[in-house]
Amino acid sequence: MMGHPGTALDAALVACGACELVSRAPLGYSDHRLACSRCGAPLHARKRDSVTRTWALVIAAIVFYFPANLLPITRIETLGSVEEDTILSGVIYFIQNGDWPVALVIFVASIFVPLLKLSILIALLISVQRKSGWWRKERTVLYRVTEKIGRWSMVDVFVVTVLVALVDLGALANVDAGPAAAYFSAVVVLTMFAAASFDSRLIWDCYADGERNR
Amino acid sequence: MSTGIPKYDPMLDRDPEQLGALAISHNALIACPECDLLQRYRAIPIAGVARCPRCDFILYREIPNSIDHALAFALAGLVLFVVGCAFPLLGLRFGSNLVEATLLTGIGELWSQGLAGVSALVLLTCIVAPVTHVGLMLYVCVPLKFGRRPWRVDLALRSLKSLQPWSMIEVFMLGVLVSMVKLAKMATILPGLGLWAFAGAIIAVVAAMAVLDLRTVWNKLALCR
Repeated sequence: MMGHPGTALDAALVACGACELVSRAPLGYSDHRLACSRCGAPLHARKRDSVTRTWALVIAAIVFYFPANLLPITRIETLGSVEEDTILSGVIYFIQNGDWPVALVIFVASIFVPLLKLSILIALLISVQRKSGWWRKERTVLYRVTEKIGRWSMVDVFVVTVLVALVDLGALANVDAGPAAAYFSAVVVLTMFAAASFDSRLIWDCYADGERNR
Repeated sequence: MSTGIPKYDPMLDRDPEQLGALAISHNALIACPECDLLQRYRAIPIAGVARCPRCDFILYREIPNSIDHALAFALAGLVLFVVGCAFPLLGLRFGSNLVEATLLTGIGELWSQGLAGVSALVLLTCIVAPVTHVGLMLYVCVPLKFGRRPWRVDLALRSLKSLQPWSMIEVFMLGVLVSMVKLAKMATILPGLGLWAFAGAIIAVVAAMAVLDLRTVWNKLALCR
């Protein structure tokens, strides 16, 4: 791992991941057993095994993405008739009722954001592994967006929570959560961990000869 | 307002005598958390923002009365949050039936339907993480206001930072609004006291997070005994 002139890594300094205090690493420092003198968090110049861990979490999230979208997320019983809804059929239901702003919220939060997040992470991982020097600042901004938007995917899980709590009228009407709720939660949690385990500093670590710091 | 920061020159800071020591800290240096560019801390105007010249990341802000304001918002947030949890969020009238539900009803219902994982996740993101997060803010800010160092403040601040992404009450609020629209077609929806308290709690908690600058907290702590 080579840092570009001007980075903490290049100056043999380590910034704490928790409190951001910059420390000088001692000679023979091996990225282990070194704690921040201010907050006690373990010091690492780069997040450990960032690329491998992020790949593993991304692949796991992709695996869960299929049952999350194919299986029913809610099971609605009204006067004896049973109706099972997937995430997509829920979106279609809102469109048919003319509630397109709500349809858009659910579509963006539950289908578009997880896919966007996974695609951005895969693109970032490949670009880092290929030591690409293109669009560094833009890729860093993409990473920042990925980190921020992931939480909003939880909307559908919270909708199911409210529905099962409220629609509990015995034989008249009843809502049960479907198996997709569990798979979908897994997708959200795994992508959040994936975004957290990616180290955006890797985007800036490889510089071609002669390329200068702006 | 954005202020550029002078580029760091490693030659100015090379001190061979210190190399053997364990983790000597440099409070005047900042390494951008997103691109690792080393920079020197420089005072910026009040309400100003210092950005990384290379990747545009916000390195630090100069927030006036950061700790006082965070303390006020966190306290308001905690009170409103407790009210929001204790009173019904929504009521549903269907013919002569009236069902009222709190957040805990939903978590219990998910649990009893065999979705223990989802139930635990909702409990974590809507109750445990927000309460602990706001509680830790108060735990750090109250003694700091009186110039004292809270016990194990290092652990408290590390937990505060790692809990932040898992506190999702504003996302939960959006979920409540979506379910109101979904149910409005089949029954009468009655917003409960809990809903209004929750709305207030979200504003207070988000404001507390926005005004609390952890760099300021660490710098203040260095002056406390």
